[in-house]
Amino acid sequence: MNAAPTIRDYSLIGRDAQAAVANGLAAAEWYHTDLARKQMKELMKRSDGPAIRDTLVWLGCMMFFAGLGIALWGTWWCVPFFLAYGVLYGSASDSRWHECGHGTAFKTRWMNDAVYQIASFFMMRNPVTWRWSHARHHTDTVIVGRDPEIAVMRPPDLLRLVLNFFGLLDVWHALGDMGRNALGNVSAEEKTFIPEQEQHKVVRIARLWVAIYAATIALAIYMGSFLPLVLIGLPRLYGAWHHVLTGLLQHGGLADNVTDHRLNSRTVYMNPISGFIYWNMNYHVEHHMFPMVPYHALPKLHEAIKHDLPAPNTSIWNGYREMIPAFIRQLRNEEYFLKRQLPPTARPYREEFHSDAIAAAAE
Amino acid sequence: MSNWIEACAADDIDEEDVIRFDHDGRTFAIYRSPDDEYFATDGVCTHEQVHLADGLVMDEIIECPKHNGRFDYRTGEAKGAPVCVNLRTYPVKVEAGKVLIAIG
Repeated sequence: MNAAPTIRDYSLIGRDAQAAVANGLAAAEWYHTDLARKQMKELMKRSDGPAIRDTLVWLGCMMFFAGLGIALWGTWWCVPFFLAYGVLYGSASDSRWHECGHGTAFKTRWMNDAVYQIASFFMMRNPVTWRWSHARHHTDTVIVGRDPEIAVMRPPDLLRLVLNFFGLLDVWHALGDMGRNALGNVSAEEKTFIPEQEQHKVVRIARLWVAIYAATIALAIYMGSFLPLVLIGLPRLYGAWHHVLTGLLQHGGLADNVTDHRLNSRTVYMNPISGFIYWNMNYHVEHHMFPMVPYHALPKLHEAIKHDLPAPNTSIWNGYREMIPAFIRQLRNEEYFLKRQLPPTARPYREEFHSDAIAAAAE
Repeated sequence: MSNWIEACAADDIDEEDVIRFDHDGRTFAIYRSPDDEYFATDGVCTHEQVHLADGLVMDEIIECPKHNGRFDYRTGEAKGAPVCVNLRTYPVKVEAGKVLIAIG
C-alpha cells in the first residue's frame, strides 16, 4: 500500500530538490552575527588538550564499564554497566563522529581522523558517505530536498522517532546501506553529494565493516554467547537513546527552507553529563553559524553572540515541552513551526528572504 | 605579461592570517604566513561559494569556514575531503610596504 502523499518531497532527487535550486535556497548565503575578526580567530583556535582529555575519559569509561559488565556477565548486575557502556558507544560516539568530522575537535589532524573512524564505526555511519552528507547539511540546513540529515520531516513520523530511541530504524537502514555499499552499489541519492572520486572509498569501508561484524557474529556463535554482540553492534541499539534525545532538539519543530540558523536551529542549556556526552552540540545555533569553532569554545561563542540569538531553552525538558506540541500540531498542519522570538538587541529576521506563507503559519 | 595589482598594505594582515581582496569582479585571498611571507589564492573555496578570508590560517593551511576544507595556501593544493579541487594561486611581492599580486 502506498503512503498518503505529503506536501513536502524530501528526496534529494525529487521535486523539492529542483525547487530549492530554482528558488536560490541551495548553497545560499546565510545570516551571520557580526563578530570582530580578532575575536573570531581566538574562538576558532585549535587545541589538542580538551579533546585528548575527553577522549581518554570517554574510552576509559567504556573500558571500565565493559570490564565490569563482562565480569558480571550472567547476572543481572551486569545490566547497569552495559547500559552505561551503551550510552558511551551508541550516543557519545555521535558527537565524536560529528566534531571530528568537522576536524575541529583536535588540532592534530590524525587524532581527528582516528576518533572519526572509531566513532563512525560505533554509529554504523559510513565515514565517507556521512562526511559528505554532513557537508551538505551545513550548506543547506533543513532545506527540503537538499539536506540529507533532516531528523524530523513534516508531518512528523512519531512512531519512527520513538523506535529510533532504540536505534531500530537507523540500524536497519544502516545495515542495508552497509550491505548495499559492500556489494559495490552507491545509490543515486548518495551520488548527489559524494564526488565520483570518493565513491570507491564508500565501498571499501563498507566491506571492512561487514568483515568485522561477520567476525563478531562468528565469535558469538563459537562462544555460544551474545556477549561479543553486546560489546560490538548491539550498543548502537540499547545505547542510542541519549543521542536521539539531544539530537531531536537541534532542529525539531523549527522552520525549514530558511537561510537563518536562528530560525531553524535550537540552543539548549544542558546538565554537565549530557554536555559531555553531547560534546556541547547543545549550542547548536552557534555551531551552525560558525562551524569552525571547536566544541570546547562554543560556550564562549554563545556568550559573545547571545544578544543576537533567540533565548536558549533552559533544559532538555524545557526543549521538549516546546517541541512535542509543535510536532503534534504539524500532524494536522505541516506548515506550522515554532518561530522563536529574538531579543531587542538582535538584528531582526530577514522576512523578505523567507516565504510569507511560512511566516504566516508560525506563531 | 603579469598585471601587478596593489592589494593592501603589508601590515593590513596579521601574521598567520588572511584578508579578502576584491578586484574587477573577482575575489582573492591574501595570506601572511607565520614566517612573514605573503601568498595569494582565489578567494572562494573550490568546494562551494564560501569566502576563505573568513576561515582559519594554521601554519601553511587555510581552512574554509563552512565545511572545514583545507588547502595549502602556498601551492593551492587541496588537502582532502570535502575539497577535491586545488585553489588557483597568484604571484605576490611586497614593495614599499604594499602587497602586490600578479593577476594573469
